[in-house]
Amino acid sequence: MSGELILRLDDVSRVHGEGATAVRALAGVTMDVHAGELVAVMGPSGSGKSTLLNVAGGLDAPTGGRVFIAGWCIGDLKGDALARLRRRRVGFVFQDLNLIPSLTAIENVALPLELDGRRVREARRMARAALQLVSVPELADRFPDKMSGGQQQRVAIARALVGDRRLVLADEPTGALDSHTGEEVLRVLRERCDAGAAGLLVTHEARHAAWADRVIFLRDGVIVDSTGTSAVAETLLGAAVV
Amino acid sequence: MSVKSALLALLAQEPTYGARLRAEFEARTGGTWPLNVGQVYTTVARLERDGLVKAAGAADEEGRISYRLTEAGRREVAQWWLSPVDRDSAPRDELAIKLALAVTVPGVDVRQVVQTQRTATLRHLQDLTRLKKHAGDQAPDGAGGADIAWLLVLENLIFSAEAEVRWLDHVEAMLAREASEPRRHRMDVPVASDDITLGRTAR
Repeated sequence: MSGELILRLDDVSRVHGEGATAVRALAGVTMDVHAGELVAVMGPSGSGKSTLLNVAGGLDAPTGGRVFIAGWCIGDLKGDALARLRRRRVGFVFQDLNLIPSLTAIENVALPLELDGRRVREARRMARAALQLVSVPELADRFPDKMSGGQQQRVAIARALVGDRRLVLADEPTGALDSHTGEEVLRVLRERCDAGAAGLLVTHEARHAAWADRVIFLRDGVIVDSTGTSAVAETLLGAAVV
Repeated sequence: MSVKSALLALLAQEPTYGARLRAEFEARTGGTWPLNVGQVYTTVARLERDGLVKAAGAADEEGRISYRLTEAGRREVAQWWLSPVDRDSAPRDELAIKLALAVTVPGVDVRQVVQTQRTATLRHLQDLTRLKKHAGDQAPDGAGGADIAWLLVLENLIFSAEAEVRWLDHVEAMLAREASEPRRHRMDVPVASDDITLGRTAR
């Protein structure tokens, strides 16, 4: 993978609780996601998929190892700086509840830019461009309750990648959609990654994971396999397969 | 898969010769099940022997003979469309057999067998999805009949691969449940009927 390195997890661990009740959610996870790459994470319930996503996006802090976003080690950043990095570089797409109901599509997409200090007019212009990229410019003035589930997810992807944001972290983004609409959303995500974004997708659906360049399997917080053929994946395979 | 029935169905559309039959078959199924031309000629010869097709005329200047359906051939095709594909005589599934053996032969790391297969099937699914994306990019609107036929075959392969991954997930979950809550009443399998003491509980 020759694109710019956007996300790196270096020997990342996450333990919830302490002592006898400690639960190991992630153990020594090492992975890279480059610009232009969509990576899917699969694994049984409780394998650590969502923890991995939260740690990758700086929503949760690892108890061991380091996470780099766009070259910044997020463990070195304090509250405001971390929040700013997240606003500028990272977008999330969840299964539902992605959009603020009282804001139109364009207001939802422009929100992170406005929070980051951009002028409203400039933020709206960038938001309109982002909506255009996911092929729903006509939804700009519509409120979420007047959109279908698939349209809402497209708007969420636009918000995830608006402005300078290059990393989209998606947690079961098609979970609430019928299979055709879900596939359309995956197609949009794939297109945005082909255009230079980096994507990390958590899913339990093999059909959806298959849109990724690489599929990583987690079990008990450990990467046990990968469909990738990159040097990193080969190293992981050699080290982690039991 | 019945090559015979498929060739009859193609000939029902219009009379044609062997090489074109092969090309049509492969175009409509996206080359998923390649036929060699010898197989096509052999099948057509059998169909002619059985009175289902006959020559539509003399050979053309390149020596090719076109065939058309007889009345019996038309009935055969009509019957084929109306009959369900027989699923009772299911072909042996090597993966099912392999895993059935893996859980009963001591010393096999079944989880690893499952994972290895799941990774391979996911790779296959990725390849199929790329083909599908490519097909969608090529003809986003109003795909013609041949394109729809190819997409339909692709979807069939995607559904099969997806089902296999889901089944492997199911196997893994079953094994995890078995490991945490071993069933109390297992069937002891005697190795020999006259040596009942050798019966053991599979682990």
